[in-house]
Amino acid sequence: MSGFISGRSKRLTAERFVFALVMCAVITVLVAIAALMVGVGMDRGGRHLELLGMDALTGGTFESKILAVRMPRVLAALLVGGALAGAGCALQALLRNPLAEPFTLGISSGSSLAAVIAIRVGVESSFGGIGVGAAALLGAMTSLLIIWRLAQVGRQLPPATLILAGVTLSMFCSAASVLIQYTSDFTEVSRMLRWMLGGLDSMQLSTVKYAAAPILIGLFLLALYGRSLNALAAGPDVAASLGVRVGRTTTVVFFLASLLVGAAIAVAGPIGFVGLIVPHALRAILGPDHRLLIPASVFGGAVLLTICDTLARTVTAPAPLPTGAVTALLGGPFFVLILVGQKKRAAMWGR
Amino acid sequence: MARLALQDVTVGLGGKDVVSNVSVEVGEGELVVIVGPNGAGKTTLLRAIAGLVPARTGSIRVMGHDPSNAKRRLIARDLAYLPQQYDLAFPFAVEEVVLLGRYARQRGLGLASEEDLAAARAAMNATDVEALATRRFDELSGGEARRVIIAQALCQGAKCLLLDEPTSGLDPAHARAVFEMLRTQCDSGTTAVVVTHDLDLALRFGGTMWLIADGRLAARGAPSDVLAAAATQKAFGVTIHVGELPSGARFAVPT
Repeated sequence: MSGFISGRSKRLTAERFVFALVMCAVITVLVAIAALMVGVGMDRGGRHLELLGMDALTGGTFESKILAVRMPRVLAALLVGGALAGAGCALQALLRNPLAEPFTLGISSGSSLAAVIAIRVGVESSFGGIGVGAAALLGAMTSLLIIWRLAQVGRQLPPATLILAGVTLSMFCSAASVLIQYTSDFTEVSRMLRWMLGGLDSMQLSTVKYAAAPILIGLFLLALYGRSLNALAAGPDVAASLGVRVGRTTTVVFFLASLLVGAAIAVAGPIGFVGLIVPHALRAILGPDHRLLIPASVFGGAVLLTICDTLARTVTAPAPLPTGAVTALLGGPFFVLILVGQKKRAAMWGR
Repeated sequence: MARLALQDVTVGLGGKDVVSNVSVEVGEGELVVIVGPNGAGKTTLLRAIAGLVPARTGSIRVMGHDPSNAKRRLIARDLAYLPQQYDLAFPFAVEEVVLLGRYARQRGLGLASEEDLAAARAAMNATDVEALATRRFDELSGGEARRVIIAQALCQGAKCLLLDEPTSGLDPAHARAVFEMLRTQCDSGTTAVVVTHDLDLALRFGGTMWLIADGRLAARGAPSDVLAAAATQKAFGVTIHVGELPSGARFAVPT
């Protein structure tokens, strides 16, 4: 088989679809509320974990802590996590490759290179303070176009050449980033490394507003392609004979996924693992049907990144951890647990 | 009007002509079996009819439409194609794999309607996979998986079936059952073009046989005539003996 791990598949019914997504939405809302209520308070006795009660939703605490500090960060985590996991799920399905995600396709590396260049030339405070974010988005889109041109064979975009082009570009961009860091001073290198680790520190509500529309629209459009991605699981010839416009579907899904990744990186830097493990984990629980798996991955990514970011800002406060490091540290063992469970199951079938 | 019409069709792959100057028509209810040695161009011809590879010259019409330019959804309602290789990346349940055949007839989220479910049940019944409906596709044997994807092609509800080696990997009983099912489908008006290496089944169930050799339509006619023709013996490099059992059933064996 293909290397994908998957739970038992059942026919998707309206009841199952609605129930699963309502459950996902409820969990997401509960996690978001919990994240808003959890933080670190500082007083004469030092720092301590601060758990706000429902009374914090009224009065000065709401204004000063929840609305001004935590709300932008939680909203950004929800959006970025959802975008990365939704895009990762679609890319894995499109390329029929379990390792496909923004990082293996070079989009993240291209975006990082653009951000590193932006820091090097000192445009961080340009464009209303979103200079690096804008550069990252531009980098993601440029990477997309380069990979596109490299991988295209006639009117088709074969998965193998797409991944090859992505890995090649990724290596080139990573090397170029290192070279730029090598020629930069200590302060710049520190800022570059901080950005490349990914994080949601000092998140502004205005940044979230910029990113919300493209991410939400992109995710909605991507979810519409779930049925076509199911058919593409059998390969382009079968999908075409079933009625899928393979070339157009590949183009649109790849473009949407890249837009989502670009927007997410522009907001939070290159946060790894979310786009890779969330679709795999949910596929093991819900089965492989992309009509359900894509929207569920969006919720799953939102939940995972919100939890990781809450840990990142509380565990070592007042100095926060990079959120990207927490996603990898938590996600890795969790993924191994799923993998072990699936291997036991596969052994039962002698596969 | 012929359901499938090919006029001087030449198909090239990688700068080389794999199929050359094929002109042929297939009508309603015909069961055509294509035979020929490995690498003769049978699969490429089938893929060209399905619109998956464009003809370099000539014209192909499926129910009057050019399959490489018409909307895929439109072609999929008229023509189902079963490839030689079927590699499913995700382990869907058997029922879901069969229901993928309804893609061209569904809209939106594509949740199965009663009509879709009835079509899937009929297709699974015809290929004897109803009992496997809730099993994972990756847990099936090769022969079971083959029968499931034949069911997917049937579930499309198309008037034309293009099947590339549908019986490869099937035990003799199920291989025979597939051809019996195809005969029944064709008797009720479906058109089927089947590539096969099973000369025995091709002889017994085929209405018309095409021999493809070196990319050309080397012989065409009743299966017993084509199998006995000198062109067939030359193409395969062996003598094919066509005989009759005491029961009256015919057989073909290479000698």
